[in-house]
Amino acid sequence: MAKKQLVSVKVNGHEREAAVEPRLLLVHFIRESLQLTGTHIGCDTSHCGACTVVLNGKTVKSCTMFAVQADGAEILTVEGLASASGQLHALQEGFKQEHGLQCGFCTPGMLMSSFALLHNNPNPSEEEIRRGISGNLCRCTGYQNIVGAVQYAAAKMAKTESEANVAEGVAK
Amino acid sequence: MIPPAFEYLRPNTIPEAITLLQQHGEDAKILSGGQSLIPMMKLRIARPGYLIDINRISGLSYIKEEGGFLKIGGLTREAELEASLLIRSKYPILIDTTHVIADPQVRNLATVAGNLAHGDPANDHPATMLALGAQVVATGSGGERAIAIEEFFLSLFSTALQPGEILTEIRIPVPAARSGGAYFKLERKVGDFATAAVAAQVTLDANGVVQKVGIGLTNVGPTPIKAKKAEDFLRGKKLDQVNIRQAAQLAGDEAQPSSDLRGPAEYKKGLIKELAKRALARAAERAGT
Repeated sequence: MAKKQLVSVKVNGHEREAAVEPRLLLVHFIRESLQLTGTHIGCDTSHCGACTVVLNGKTVKSCTMFAVQADGAEILTVEGLASASGQLHALQEGFKQEHGLQCGFCTPGMLMSSFALLHNNPNPSEEEIRRGISGNLCRCTGYQNIVGAVQYAAAKMAKTESEANVAEGVAK
Repeated sequence: MIPPAFEYLRPNTIPEAITLLQQHGEDAKILSGGQSLIPMMKLRIARPGYLIDINRISGLSYIKEEGGFLKIGGLTREAELEASLLIRSKYPILIDTTHVIADPQVRNLATVAGNLAHGDPANDHPATMLALGAQVVATGSGGERAIAIEEFFLSLFSTALQPGEILTEIRIPVPAARSGGAYFKLERKVGDFATAAVAAQVTLDANGVVQKVGIGLTNVGPTPIKAKKAEDFLRGKKLDQVNIRQAAQLAGDEAQPSSDLRGPAEYKKGLIKELAKRALARAAERAGT
């Protein structure tokens, strides 16, 4: 057995570290070493995207990366989306309101891909949304409601932003 | 799926990486994007004893024009190619290509150089680089050497890279005026390998006559294929419908597909013919005819 190596990451704002074998996949590190089981393992072959996390601002399939590669990285998983007080992220609210999930297995990955999409493109077209989630498979919804959920979130986030701008204007 | 155990090495410079490669020889593999290597390790098709992770080597990620070449660094990701304004404005054939590689998450990690160095005829950049007449730069203990892309793909998963060498740069000649290119791929679903695909790049003279032409074929043989007969036919001719049709027929004849889950060989030959027609027509359009 290859010797263990120390991996330090910042996960959802918290510094965490563990000594792991180099062959440990990032998804197993997240689920087993860090006990964050919101990130799912679907196909385990880089196809389905259920294991998607945001690593240094970019989505990656955590089943296709070794934990040692993530040493020093900042990782956002589905557990990090809601606020500390438990208020859902606009995307989570959107998936709930628009019925963007049925069995829910793909949802953590869908949320992380949508999160990165809206971060880079706050007002995506339907085509851009479909392209943005093209690395995530859903076998229940037919995607229609997922697209609707992302549109809901985009609209809500834009509204919150403009209200914040107005409030800031008033404060000045 | 758990890959076999390996020793993980993370050099900070190219010379360090080359020393490690030479030390461990055939038992070592370079870990770049890892989007082909890691799945192969999980399936235990690849079982390297040492992984040399080059991701922390600085200065290997760039896209720039210099000395008559477009230079793409050895660590440049597909997503970076896709986002580059230079590539978007001047190299639409590369945008066509990167757009149909895997999916967004994979493109965030996968590198252009890795897509070539893997030596998989099902990968997309090889055909495009054949069409563009690219060179790859291999860096070893003796320094750099440039390898013409035509001489790079030796057989299935085997390239002209020596065990002690790293692919550090891709060089594409900056296209002359009145040049255009395109990549057309048929895939069963997002993320699938091509059932077949064709890359075409042309340079026309002021009268619309073909001066330079490159045509590359994806996943229709043991290596990526340069459709030389189709290229020879087109050189010196106008890129009109009749000639495009004839060249596309020749490209179809040059394909050596095998029948598999993606379709029978005859179907794939027909597909190459149709995709070649479309790629050449789009290339002509982009060249400004």
